[in-house]
Amino acid sequence: MNARAPWREERACAIVAEHRHLRGSLLPILHALQEEFGCIDQAAVPLLARELNLSRADVHGVVSFYHEFRRTRPGRHTVKVCRAEACQSMGCDDLVSHIERSLSVSLGGTTADDAFTVESVFCLGNCALSPAVMVDERLYGRVDARRIDAILGATLAAETAR
Amino acid sequence: MTAFEASNPEITVYVPRDAAALSVGADEVADAIRAEALKRGLPVRLVRNGSRGMLWLEPLVEVATASGRIAYGPVAPEDVSTLFETGFPTSCDHPLCLGPTEEIPYLRNQERLTFARCGVIDPLSVADYRSHSGFRGLERALSLTPAEIVAEVLESGLRGRGGAGFPTGIKWRTVLDARADQKFICCNADEGDSGTFADRMIMEGDPFLLVEGMTIAGIAVGATEGYVYIRSEYPHAIATMREAIRLARAEGWLGERIHGTEHTFHLDVRVGAGAYICGEETSMLESLEGKRGMVRAKPPLPALEGLFGKPTVVNNVLSLTSVPVILEKGAAHYRDFGVGRSRGTLAFQLAGNIRRGGIVEKAFGVTLHELLYEFGGGTASGRPIRAVQAGGPLGAYLPESQFHLPKDYEAFAAVEAMVGHGGIVVFDDSVDMARQARFAMEFCAAESCGKCTPCRIGAVRGVEVMDRIIAGDSVAKNIALLQDLCEVMTDGSLCAMGGMTPIPVRSALKHFPEDFARTPDRAAAE
Repeated sequence: MNARAPWREERACAIVAEHRHLRGSLLPILHALQEEFGCIDQAAVPLLARELNLSRADVHGVVSFYHEFRRTRPGRHTVKVCRAEACQSMGCDDLVSHIERSLSVSLGGTTADDAFTVESVFCLGNCALSPAVMVDERLYGRVDARRIDAILGATLAAETAR
Repeated sequence: MTAFEASNPEITVYVPRDAAALSVGADEVADAIRAEALKRGLPVRLVRNGSRGMLWLEPLVEVATASGRIAYGPVAPEDVSTLFETGFPTSCDHPLCLGPTEEIPYLRNQERLTFARCGVIDPLSVADYRSHSGFRGLERALSLTPAEIVAEVLESGLRGRGGAGFPTGIKWRTVLDARADQKFICCNADEGDSGTFADRMIMEGDPFLLVEGMTIAGIAVGATEGYVYIRSEYPHAIATMREAIRLARAEGWLGERIHGTEHTFHLDVRVGAGAYICGEETSMLESLEGKRGMVRAKPPLPALEGLFGKPTVVNNVLSLTSVPVILEKGAAHYRDFGVGRSRGTLAFQLAGNIRRGGIVEKAFGVTLHELLYEFGGGTASGRPIRAVQAGGPLGAYLPESQFHLPKDYEAFAAVEAMVGHGGIVVFDDSVDMARQARFAMEFCAAESCGKCTPCRIGAVRGVEVMDRIIAGDSVAKNIALLQDLCEVMTDGSLCAMGGMTPIPVRSALKHFPEDFARTPDRAAAE
């Protein structure tokens, strides 16, 4: 489940304070912010620039460079479907089409009920058990249409169980 | 202790915690075994080991017996009750029983130096690591001078396992000879190439080996700080490495005055953020500095001006994890494996459409044919192998006629291919090589850092040209344009991203020209 706390400047400042002693602290801070708020809120850019003595352009440049950092809040769960060569050789393109069709969402988008943000990723390191999918931080191998339906169903069921 | 317990000593059962094993249900299998053993009152001790690397058999369950470990696999959670009904874990009488693990031909026919412990031990037990000769290389290094350590690595013939194949000892000597108040060891664990997972497996299955290798590197060159840069797609490896570093520090193998000597080495994990380019060493250094992962021009070499401008050793996970055994058993032992100028072993990774995918650690010189058929058993789909991509997304596509090639840096370079990180992705005869060529360009367009125009813009133009070829639009003219574009990208890019993207494209075109000979009719029919 993605953390999606609403933006709070105080909390953000506390996160910065926790990590600023690290060498090259901007990436660790961005990771920590995203872990808390689900994305890098627009308000984080001037705050980080001020706190780390960088220009806003520098901070924006880093946030926008890395695929992992998102600027908008994701759905409750993130589904990363591998589209790299090993998974291609085992039919990940069909899997992507199936997911897009069954959830009525295209890659990069979030389902209407806010349950899943579906993204493509290039390699999850599970290339002998392709196609691979990661739901939140859980990795799955040998995923076909039937298995992904079961995985996503179980993900939602676990939500209500909690 | 009751009489029952005395006559039933604890039985050790292994269920891997490797991410690949977890991806096919290892946690559920472990839970089922625990529950079933409890129900039957059997004293089972469950160890969550790394993976043995026979990934088609995952989850691979093992039982420790007086005559060695017995394997069962692939075990599904629903198999667990029938396993126990047939006498598991004390007798081996189930269709899933594979006999002694070490006798499985896939494993028996390997030469495991780096992966010797992976899947054998509890990855987060210093005691287990020690009892399997862990930290012996570091102990020896602590008794040597830096120059002696570097000489040993140089002697071993070890070359960078990340892809470029640069001699590790020469890199270390350069950093050793550099004068600076601070030096760094950076481990490149940004294993972004599709078809590679050896770095991940060793970090999850034998993390102290990387701690040991990096500490030896630190002592050898006079660096007191190190970073492991792990890609964010590897949450399990990140957690395991962090815990291993904590444990190693607690037991005096890291930190100030390592085991009472005057040596100090601090190690930290840094997490990437989904940028393939950060596997390029200078881009990784920028990222570690908290910046965009823009490639730097070389010179200056990172060995002289690396992280924060200081002399820095940048090595791949598999290079650093090869070091402890070199120090422990001596350079000659390692150098005796391999052929020509490719010494030692490489952990080949069989991936994609392959029946028996996994890790095959062999001395250099093994042929693709042996790897694909004797170890791999052909495709998973049962159809013929049409092409393999060796060495990641920037590696060549090779047809069957090249499968006799020995895995050797020079033999591969001679046919414009590369051994790279040892990854081999297999495709059956349903593959469309024009689409694979298009993907190489699409990938480059998505992952280029944007510094060099031929890479940033060329890749976008490459996708467009490939789209026209696939549509059967003026094919001959567009192929000529594609060749021209490949030449510009090769000659006009700073790093391998733009410079080597043409390799998969050109090799697809060279070996599979029939897939590019399209007409508008054929395109319409598709």
